[in-house]
Amino acid sequence: MTVAAAFFYLFASITVASGFMVVASRNPVHSVLFLILAFVNAAGLFLLLGAEFLAMILVVVYVGAVAVLFLFVVMMLDVDFAELRQGFLDYLPIGGLLGVIFLIEMVLFLGTYYAAPEAVHAASTVKAAASTLSNTEQLGRVLYTDYVFYFQTAGLVLLVAMIGAIILTLHHKTGVKRQDIGAQVARSKDTAMEIKSVRPGQGL
Amino acid sequence: MMGIGLEHYLVVSAILFTLGVFGIFVNRKNVIVILMSVELILLAVNINLVAFSSFGHNLVGQVFALLILTVAAAEAAIGLAILVVYYRNRGSIAVEDINMMKG
Repeated sequence: MTVAAAFFYLFASITVASGFMVVASRNPVHSVLFLILAFVNAAGLFLLLGAEFLAMILVVVYVGAVAVLFLFVVMMLDVDFAELRQGFLDYLPIGGLLGVIFLIEMVLFLGTYYAAPEAVHAASTVKAAASTLSNTEQLGRVLYTDYVFYFQTAGLVLLVAMIGAIILTLHHKTGVKRQDIGAQVARSKDTAMEIKSVRPGQGL
Repeated sequence: MMGIGLEHYLVVSAILFTLGVFGIFVNRKNVIVILMSVELILLAVNINLVAFSSFGHNLVGQVFALLILTVAAAEAAIGLAILVVYYRNRGSIAVEDINMMKG
């Protein structure tokens, strides 16, 4: 067995095992931590496939941002998770049955997948100068030229998601004094000052 | 047999996808675990895309995987934001309590 095959089986087995633990773990915090483990090992699989840039992006974006976001939310919500586990065993038989059937079907289909070499040859458009450029450089050359609109769309999706998340979760407490710049700018001399004529010898 | 081919990666991603679907089935009450299962499903899809991209010598699959990564991050952010707002309003995140909009 070659080293690459050994690493493939290592990464694949840990990915699958931690994926199962995400689903089956009692504590949601443990679920998030197993999700992180699954992502890191999937990044290892990406490295074996030669997609170094995506592997690093997976670690940075998923482990660094998404999984930590999950962790924040799990710890922020004061929920009795044991109560939410009720009914786990009720759904286990039907869920397990459907899962096993689905898995057998997919493995029977995908495990016998065979791509004809001439089809692969016809489908490969980006293969020139593959030996000199790294994966990141190749990806950048494709992403910023042929697929620049898709790249911009991805940025737009992230912008919309950011604005949506902020609008959803932002709430103003009532009774807190805030700066109202519009009201400040709209102040004129008439509303700010009042001239009173004071008679001599008398106060206001 | 010792060489790792495309079908090995496809089987791994099929197992991950099934685990995600299984997680949605068995954790029907816990929205957070359902969101994590969706992340597992998207990860399986990404493994599929990158495997085909690598074995087919076509870089477009990795571009598409990058877009899926973006959408998955956006989906997680929006889903968790909705979850936080829902918890703030109702004090619970159980799925069967989410029935205010039923017709």
